Amino acid sequence: MAESSRVEALRTALPQRRKTASLWADALYRLSRNKAAILGGTLVILLTLTAIFAKYIAPYPYDVQDRNAANAVPAWMLNIFPMMKPYAVISDKFLLGSDYVGRDMLSRLVYGTQISLSVAFVGPIIALLVGTIYGLVSGYFSKWVDNIMMRFVDLMYAFPSLLLIILMMAFFRSSFAQSEPGTFAYTMNKIDERFGGMLFIFIGIGLTAWMGTARLARGQVLSIREQDFVLAARAVGASHLRIIFRHIMPNILGPLVITVTLAIPGYITTEAFLSFIGLGVNPPTPSWGSMISDGSQAIRTYPPQAILPALALSITMFAFNFLGDGLRDALDPRLRGTQ
Amino acid sequence: MGRYIARRFLWTLLVLLVLSLVTFALMHAVPGGPFDREKKLPEEIIRNLEAKYHLDEPFWKQYLRYLNDVLVPRIAKGEPKSLMEESLIDIKLWDDYHLRWVNLGPSYSSRSRTVNDIIREQLPVSFQLGVAALTIAVLIGIPMGIIAGLKQNTIWDYLGMSVAIFGVSVPVIAMGPILVWIFGVMLKWLPPTGWGAKPPYILFFIPKDLSWNFWRYVLMPAFALGLGQSAIIARLTRASLLQVIREDYIRTARAKGLPERLVVLRHALRNSLIPVVTVLGPMFAAVVTGTFVTEQIFGIPGLGKYFVTSVTNRDYPVIMGTILLYAIFLVLANLVVDITYAWLDPRIRYE
Repeated sequence: MAESSRVEALRTALPQRRKTASLWADALYRLSRNKAAILGGTLVILLTLTAIFAKYIAPYPYDVQDRNAANAVPAWMLNIFPMMKPYAVISDKFLLGSDYVGRDMLSRLVYGTQISLSVAFVGPIIALLVGTIYGLVSGYFSKWVDNIMMRFVDLMYAFPSLLLIILMMAFFRSSFAQSEPGTFAYTMNKIDERFGGMLFIFIGIGLTAWMGTARLARGQVLSIREQDFVLAARAVGASHLRIIFRHIMPNILGPLVITVTLAIPGYITTEAFLSFIGLGVNPPTPSWGSMISDGSQAIRTYPPQAILPALALSITMFAFNFLGDGLRDALDPRLRGTQ
Repeated sequence: MGRYIARRFLWTLLVLLVLSLVTFALMHAVPGGPFDREKKLPEEIIRNLEAKYHLDEPFWKQYLRYLNDVLVPRIAKGEPKSLMEESLIDIKLWDDYHLRWVNLGPSYSSRSRTVNDIIREQLPVSFQLGVAALTIAVLIGIPMGIIAGLKQNTIWDYLGMSVAIFGVSVPVIAMGPILVWIFGVMLKWLPPTGWGAKPPYILFFIPKDLSWNFWRYVLMPAFALGLGQSAIIARLTRASLLQVIREDYIRTARAKGLPERLVVLRHALRNSLIPVVTVLGPMFAAVVTGTFVTEQIFGIPGLGKYFVTSVTNRDYPVIMGTILLYAIFLVLANLVVDITYAWLDPRIRYE
């Protein structure tokens, strides 16, 4: 006991601590020198704040309809879209106009950040959590455990993931909605309704997001497992759990964080895509995807209804792409300029 | 090589089998039979219908029947006696004998059309769009990546990579409406919706009339769909070219006095394009799923638009049938890509 605590003291001794700190400090320094990444990061922070304080920023609730002011257009917009002049209902009640049932576009755009941003944060968290643990266990125990676990990942990986998500969503939406009260499916459906349809989107994305991380984590573990400090930890009698989480995991986290960050734009498009084809959020919850879908029905007459959410989506994607690229360059300069 | 192909092929078969089983199981787990109407049908009619479509049989029997219908080719005399015997592939052999293969079964929601009909009519249009988008992606992506890589850290590099990050960041569902508005509504250069090709097609998908009347409908949606992919290709081509150009054999080629043009064309380019093959798999997937959205936005009567409509209408048999078809297509495309890559880069086979 005394022996292992001395080894522990040695392990956490200063030189190593300083080295890990300087790696992240270095990364932060490199990140702060990257103008595109700073722009992306600022945008992400602004969008996050918008999502958190949507209630106070949005001038109207997202679901209140003003039937008298449906398809309303503010006066300033006619300068940009002069073709709407002959038929538009001009009303300055809404800053960015209203949609086909008279809901404020600005408010819906503001609330839309909540959907995109929650996917942008939950997607990577699931991928990181499930994928890392799966990869750690598989890589650490190797032999037949590894073999079985990796064959399963191979199988899941070979499935076209977006099709799998569509299939799952169609299944959830139809079968859970008709379940009897008191069953598990019924409870899940109630929770999903409470979150405007987000729960099933998270499950759908989560089911397909972790495989890449799991593979990467396993590969990293395989190389780190053989190093001397793991052997030393095993020699002083550290448990499997301790070796996995205290010794191996901190050493493989860097590349995992990079991969997961770079995948964020993909999760955002997936949600927008699902909402666009009608399998995403439940109306009237505003998702940019469903807003583009509604708006493109009226693209000839009221183009802003599709173009505004399209711009919002693109700006968010830009922000996360810039941030992801910058983070990759900062954490692993060897990868600079690849992909 | 033979062993590698055999192993990959068996693996693909297993994936397809599991995929079909999952799809089939989910289709059956959806509550409510396909004959639920707003006005309830009499009990005995439902029972008769279920017997007709073999829905009263146990699950495993239905699944085996489905596999049998889809997989086993048949030779039969004369026209199909009922919609149940209709098939996706129907080739006239001799006299009155037909070879029929891949029967995806009837669509429960429409009495006169089978899933085979739907796919036969709508898939060629989606295929035309997909091929056009892939062509645009390659034609823009590879030259852009090469120029950016050869002129690293110049204005061309920065310009190319800015276009690339734009392409990666603006998804099809955002790109589509913006293009429709600019070129279809404001400038009126191209028709905002519709499709210019009509059956019959040569080789299943090439329209007979390849004039401007066809292209003016193709241009905008294919560009919207292909731009994102061209950006990915451009970034990968550039990165791979930058790596290859520092290799020893490039230095050797330069040292023996080969003109720079030949060094690039004969030694650098050929090797730098090998990794680009790996993105073709995910790219197929992106283009296939991208057609759902593109066809919806541009009002193109393809399978993707039909698929999205069937999702909205909760037409489950068609949803599952189409998903299965797309999945088979994508898994097979991945197989081809993997084999091509192993053939180009022998190191892969020994992993």
